[in-house]
Amino acid sequence: MEAFIRGTGIISPQNTFNTANFLLNPVETESNFLHCIEPSYLEFLNPVMARRMGRIIKMGIAAASICLKDAKLEMPDAIITGTALGCLGDTEKFLTAIIEDDELFLTPTSFIQSIQNTVSAQIALQLKCMNYNFTYVHKGFSFESAVLDAMMLIAEGNANNVLIGGLDEMTEKNFLVYDRINLWKKEKIKSSELIHSKTIGTIAGEGAAFFVLSNQENENNYAKLKGVKTIYKPNSQQDIEKEISFMLADNNLNIKSIDLVIYGINGDNNLDSISNFLKDNYLKNSAAAYFKHLCGEYQTSGSFAMWMAAKILKTQTIPEHILIGTYELDSINNILIYNNFGHENHVLYLFSRV
Amino acid sequence: MSEKVYVTGVGIISAIGNNIAETLKSLKDQRSGIGNLSYVNSRHKDQLSVGEVKNSNEQLMQLKGLQKGRKQTRTSLLGIHAAREALISAGIDNIKEFRTGIISATSVGGMGIVENHYKDYFDIQKKGEFLEYIPTLDCGDSTERIADDLGIKDYISTISTACSSSANSIMFGARLIKMGLLDRVVVGGTDSLSRYTINGFLSLKILDKDPCKPFDGLRKGLNLGEGAGFIVLESEKSAKKKEILCELSGYGNSNDAFHQTASSPDGAGAFLAMQKSFQVSGLSPNKIDYINAHGTGTEVNDLSEGLAIERIFGNNVPPVSSTKAFTGHTLAAAGGIEAVLSVLAIKYNTIYPNLNHSNNMPELCFTPEKSFLTNKSVNHVLSNSFGFGGNTSSLIFSKL
Repeated sequence: MEAFIRGTGIISPQNTFNTANFLLNPVETESNFLHCIEPSYLEFLNPVMARRMGRIIKMGIAAASICLKDAKLEMPDAIITGTALGCLGDTEKFLTAIIEDDELFLTPTSFIQSIQNTVSAQIALQLKCMNYNFTYVHKGFSFESAVLDAMMLIAEGNANNVLIGGLDEMTEKNFLVYDRINLWKKEKIKSSELIHSKTIGTIAGEGAAFFVLSNQENENNYAKLKGVKTIYKPNSQQDIEKEISFMLADNNLNIKSIDLVIYGINGDNNLDSISNFLKDNYLKNSAAAYFKHLCGEYQTSGSFAMWMAAKILKTQTIPEHILIGTYELDSINNILIYNNFGHENHVLYLFSRV
Repeated sequence: MSEKVYVTGVGIISAIGNNIAETLKSLKDQRSGIGNLSYVNSRHKDQLSVGEVKNSNEQLMQLKGLQKGRKQTRTSLLGIHAAREALISAGIDNIKEFRTGIISATSVGGMGIVENHYKDYFDIQKKGEFLEYIPTLDCGDSTERIADDLGIKDYISTISTACSSSANSIMFGARLIKMGLLDRVVVGGTDSLSRYTINGFLSLKILDKDPCKPFDGLRKGLNLGEGAGFIVLESEKSAKKKEILCELSGYGNSNDAFHQTASSPDGAGAFLAMQKSFQVSGLSPNKIDYINAHGTGTEVNDLSEGLAIERIFGNNVPPVSSTKAFTGHTLAAAGGIEAVLSVLAIKYNTIYPNLNHSNNMPELCFTPEKSFLTNKSVNHVLSNSFGFGGNTSSLIFSKL
């Protein structure tokens, strides 16, 4: 199975919704919480809708719209999203109203919007797209399930162009809730220093990244997606190495052909051990990069990494501030992503230059 | 790669029984599970009719011999119940023998517990067990607990497309087998009642405070329910030499693209989902012996679905019934629960009654089936699941 990345659209804590810019002048934070830089939604929605809609819905619709424009595609054959927490802001709003008003005087708007498939539904509604429509909600596998589904639709011959998105929002409230289970660092850290951290915990992030995956070869495509794999609770880094070797063998590649590996290093000393081990051993001959200092930690951060891989392969440039170490690369032909969310969800992606 | 996808096991828990045997008995006795709310502490308790599972969380733990150590939500407990029964029914005792996955569906995950402690999360002085439930708000959490209970590791994912969720998990599982990525997969969904969903549907004003009346001219709304339903899908290779319950012959997914919560008046999305499922199965509509309808009992759904059914079947609508007057609307679990009932309809050649129906809908030409039929040959069953966000899905189960 394989697919071409025909278009991208991304709203993230970096200046990314303008498609021309590729991570110039990275945005930093010292608050352990990277917020998305959002566009004016009036370009994408009428003012009444924009006022009513939850933030993640707006981010999703805007990113999808940027993506379709970038791909020069009007109607996708399928819309698939991955989101672990769905429309978190609206969920909190309705939940808080239930508790504070003791189950009285409730209006349905935030309940309706809190349903996890709202973003894919709203995109379908806007496009009047009656095609295949799916939403995956499995923690650190949410976006990767969407990617696999899209590749399958293409392999089955049931779709030529599939719009996929990975999106999650972080709210002030959920930042506090997750702090209770020690997801974040206790000390404040500069996001650019994340990789040098020696403590546990990470920094919060969010984002909405959309892609058109296509079966059509075209010189304007960003990259070729050659594989995605989710690994649930691996016993050790050997399980990851095994899956990498299977993925490479499936594509007639070997370990030496990987020019760049993008790691989901998030600055948590416990969680980063597999990344660091792979980087210094099994994958030591490939250049190494990371990304969570730019987008923060969230369940669908794999979509940010995928966007980075697509951009690198298309522009043949690697922003210096994502590299771990210095490398001399003549050309970048194959990129591997290894990301993880917690100890349970580990994912791999393989991309090649068009 | 596998040309065909077989159903080899089923498992269910709902308001009408903790397992297959109890469920079949309730259906045969025409005994609905709709009643009062016992286990959710809502101020609207007395004004609701719900399909609640008749066991407390402690009883559910005991029934399955679950240890007190690991925190379980009601959603994951219900899921473990049904998924374990499905594996046993499929005769699977060695999970590692073939590549096995699980695709589950849920709408609210651990909300039923989190909502009781939500305020405390913001009070850093308060510490205790309630903190351990924070990760359960993530829908995938219940799937991981079920997977860990069953020992499944090869593929795991969770789907949430409102009330069509489980039907979609069944569809995705079938495609994983056809693509050759898995040999067998446990598919379905689980949901438990919560104040969150109860108040959500109350605010939408689509709940009937009396037992619901699907496809009735005087229907007033739906009853919420809870439960879990899972089926085991297997490839030709792994199902060899096993007792096969039926084939999952068709599936279709579409989007109504009409309104965030209301179905289109002509049921365009429902029509497309059914049409696609016929295309995949290669069957023509006249082969269908029974339709297990989505039939929530709301004004909008039953009209939209009814018209779409008429558009597909013309004047030859086979027996139709909604089993939601038995179980309530179990939201993301509905497609799984109704898939189990569809498979059992084929296995036992039975058609279930649509309870509480007394007046035909003036817009429709068909009357839902009102009796428990046992003298029928049931070879092909169509099961519909539709949800908010316009998600529409249909499945076809076929006798071998």
